[in-house]
Amino acid sequence: MNLTLKIWRQSGPEDRGAMHEYQVKGISEESSFLEMLDVLNEELFARGEEPIAFDSDCREGICGQCGIVINGIAHGPEVTTTCQLHMRTFHDGDTITIEPWRAEAFPVIKDLVVNRSALDRIIQAGGYISVNTGAAPDAHATPVPKQDADRAFEAAACIGCGACVAACPNASAMLFTSAKVTHLQLLPQGKPENYKRVVNMLNQMDEEGFGSCTNIGECAAVCPKQIPLDVISTLNRQLGKAALKGV
Amino acid sequence: MSDTLIKGLYREGEKIADTKAPLDVPISQSWEERKFKAALVNPANRRKLRVIIVGTGLAGGAAAASLGEMGYNVEVFFYQDSARRAHSIAAQGGINAAKNYRNDNDSVYRLFYDTVKGGDYRARETNVYRLAEVSANIIDQCVAQGVPFAREYGGLLDNRSFGGVQVSRTFYARGQTGQQLLIGAYQALERQVAAGTVTEHPRHEMVEIIVSDGRARGIVSRDMATGKLETHVADAVVLATGGYGNVFFLSTNAMGCNATAIWRAHRKGAYFGNPCFTQIHPTCIPQHGDQQSKLTLMSESLRNDGRIWVPKKAEDCEKDPREIPEEDRDYYLERIYPSFGNLVPRDIASRQAKNMCDEGRGVGPKIDGVARGVYLDFAEAIGRMGKDAVSAKYGNLFDMYERITGDNPYEVPMRIYPAVHYTMGGLWVDYDLESNVPGLYVAGEANFSDHGANRLGASALMQGLSDGYFVLPNTINDYLAHCFNLPKLDESSPDVVEALQSAQARVDRLMAVNGSRSVDSFHKELGHIMWEYCGMERTEEGLKKAIGMIRELRKEYWQNVRVPGKSIGELNQSLEKAGRVADFMELGELMCIDALHREESCGGHFRAESQTPEGEALRHDDKFLYVAAWEWAGEDQPPVLHKEDLIYNNIELKQRSYK
Ligand SMILES: Cc1cc2nc3c(=O)[nH]c(=O)nc-3n(C[C@H](O)[C@H](O)[C@H](O)COP(=O)(O)OP(=O)(O)OC[C@H]3O[C@@H](n4cnc5c(N)ncnc54)[C@H](O)[C@@H]3O)c2cc1C
Ligand code: SF4
Ligand code: FES
Repeated sequence: MNLTLKIWRQSGPEDRGAMHEYQVKGISEESSFLEMLDVLNEELFARGEEPIAFDSDCREGICGQCGIVINGIAHGPEVTTTCQLHMRTFHDGDTITIEPWRAEAFPVIKDLVVNRSALDRIIQAGGYISVNTGAAPDAHATPVPKQDADRAFEAAACIGCGACVAACPNASAMLFTSAKVTHLQLLPQGKPENYKRVVNMLNQMDEEGFGSCTNIGECAAVCPKQIPLDVISTLNRQLGKAALKGV
Repeated sequence: MSDTLIKGLYREGEKIADTKAPLDVPISQSWEERKFKAALVNPANRRKLRVIIVGTGLAGGAAAASLGEMGYNVEVFFYQDSARRAHSIAAQGGINAAKNYRNDNDSVYRLFYDTVKGGDYRARETNVYRLAEVSANIIDQCVAQGVPFAREYGGLLDNRSFGGVQVSRTFYARGQTGQQLLIGAYQALERQVAAGTVTEHPRHEMVEIIVSDGRARGIVSRDMATGKLETHVADAVVLATGGYGNVFFLSTNAMGCNATAIWRAHRKGAYFGNPCFTQIHPTCIPQHGDQQSKLTLMSESLRNDGRIWVPKKAEDCEKDPREIPEEDRDYYLERIYPSFGNLVPRDIASRQAKNMCDEGRGVGPKIDGVARGVYLDFAEAIGRMGKDAVSAKYGNLFDMYERITGDNPYEVPMRIYPAVHYTMGGLWVDYDLESNVPGLYVAGEANFSDHGANRLGASALMQGLSDGYFVLPNTINDYLAHCFNLPKLDESSPDVVEALQSAQARVDRLMAVNGSRSVDSFHKELGHIMWEYCGMERTEEGLKKAIGMIRELRKEYWQNVRVPGKSIGELNQSLEKAGRVADFMELGELMCIDALHREESCGGHFRAESQTPEGEALRHDDKFLYVAAWEWAGEDQPPVLHKEDLIYNNIELKQRSYK
């Protein structure tokens, strides 16, 4: 199929950036969205222009490295990652706009590539269980009810892509943060640090320049791993309890 | 070293041996004994010692977290934007451990035995035994970190069985085991970052190693966002940079997986072990066309219930599979290997799929004139267990398949084909995971030691975490304890300057070629040669041809590649790829030389000239019971082969048979 692409180009963090228009021809419906961009890049190369920078690594929907706003939607029209979006979703002759994640906490590095280190710093603030290597008790020493394990798994499925931030009108990282809090607090091993974790992670979220959550729900709508919106209420309940305990 | 050039391609050097594994005690005590003998570093002194770790996959992430927590001063480098994205994240199937939670007679010895046998007796006994021994601790450690493994209603951990073994020892977290394990290691790592023991360098690629006075003393990295080359010195360096399957261009590896770190180290003296041992995974989604950038693996757990077949008659191949009656289907694995059936190990399943397609009985779209696909059919399983049960077990994989191919596997059988998946070769290391360059340690898929010529399912994750959480933290001390007297190195030391200059010269040289072909076009061509001649089946003639072709291609590369953009001041993804492909070109040649010299079929290495009358792989233990450790002899010089004899004191060598 043949397509018209409107793509955000920005040579570096200081550059103002602008939309540019390109045509691509002969794209296979079987190709992924990123393979389509690979084809465009080979053409740009042939024309002596610089290829478009975009992030990807696994191209299997699991590493969270890819992420582009496609036609105004983070990761595009299907609920999946950009690398798992396939061209059969589009039609011959379509015009597609392609932009980077937009959020103050995610500065643009180049074209469609942004810096998401702020998410790592939220994890550093408490998104872990404090256990040292070696000498852990036998794994069967603490049974975990299957429902809890399954729900923890569901929350742990977050790939840290940042689509939730890009989709949120406040650029809040609440879905990401709540997913981690929910994962860890559901497991007996994670409970002791719960309240401290919630408070510290939320403080870090503010410090990084992410907005606050006003329950809009755009985040869960685009989340490629379908992290349920109710992880946010889990976090809020923990926060309430933390406040009562004066953490 | 021999003066004679063997086959016109390489020379033979003196034999080498692993001197660190205690062999005077029973194998079950070797690890305890080694730990006991290893020197310790006083906790107060640890922060004065700096360790560089390259890579944050299971091996590097776990090592960085553990060494940081012990109090060492750790610097960790990785090319992704976050440590959580390392390629380990993609592993779907599971991780083995000898817990015997199923009471099915599993034991450390059995896991050890299965791994050595599965690797076709080309792994080192002591290393594998330790891996099996440590495996049980890995699960404990991960559960303590909050890894949400699958559980049963009683609240205990669930297990499943995995390709090539007859016990249920595989722990899993739906189809996301690698992700969940890596997130555990990543969180442990971030905890150390917060504690100030570990410093992270995201989007930094290691492009050169600093060797001074014969020891590894640091690295040169390139900040990918700014293009700046930086030098970092340390007391020891750990490479945990994963596999090099991307030399084939199309593989199940992530786009950025590369050989640069280990290849640069190889060029500075580190031996490269068994480079040609490549694992081809049987259950991948077949290629769709020439715009393809990578291949996707479907977890091999699918083979527990799916049945593999092709039509008996070539003329049925284009028919709708549902219209082909039972009697016209050839369930070839069940036919040839009645006791293991669809659960034969990967090398066997892969080669038989290729045989069926080469016979003209493959299905699906034709690539270069041959239909390269076989059916993986769940109709019988759906009939037996019901659609809901199948969906509960494999639903996410079915969804993934449908997303990629547009076909619904509940209705139409899936199509699968083998693809390059894992590299058993890597830098040579001893029992301590130290390479022959003192102070250079290598962990995870980047080293060669534990899987022999073929890796059983669910054992790479085990190895990565074993190396990172349990082995390195106990062996590296022995080296570091003797580091206090090393001379100080700073930015202006000659060896540091030399490394920086050579990294700079390489960037400049790539930018200066200014030819007309893109890096990707070279990578694809190299991949084609490798797959054709050094892939699932190799012949002497083909390998010789490939070596010639790679040399030509490499020459053309340095005359005709063009790297657009700038080398400094901004992100340049073409330049990143250009450096990696240049290294793949050299490595590809070494892989072919290694494959050529090994005149036997062994695990993932199938030499057409060496097969049994039934067409099975034929090993030659009399001639090839060794690790091939290759030494770099200089630019355009024939490499030097050092052999490490493999000693089997605990396991009797047998021809593998799955019939
Ligand atoms: C699709 C798939 C499924 C798999 N499924 C399973 C499974 O079910 N069970 C199993 O046991 N195994 C499985 N494997 C294999 C297993 O995942 C890998 O072998 C293992 O995770 C490798 O871990 P690692 O820590 O050695 O390296 P990786 O996880 O590959 O990490 C490499 C690290 O090195 C860094 N790096 C690389 N080069 C450089 C450089 N030059 N400079 C700086 N940083 C660099 C990267 O940034 C990354 O952090 C699977 C593999 C694939 C591809
Ligand atoms: S919550 Fe969803 S959208 Fe947000 S980072 Fe995690 S996976 Fe991405
Ligand atoms: S590239 Fe890994 S999730 Fe898309």
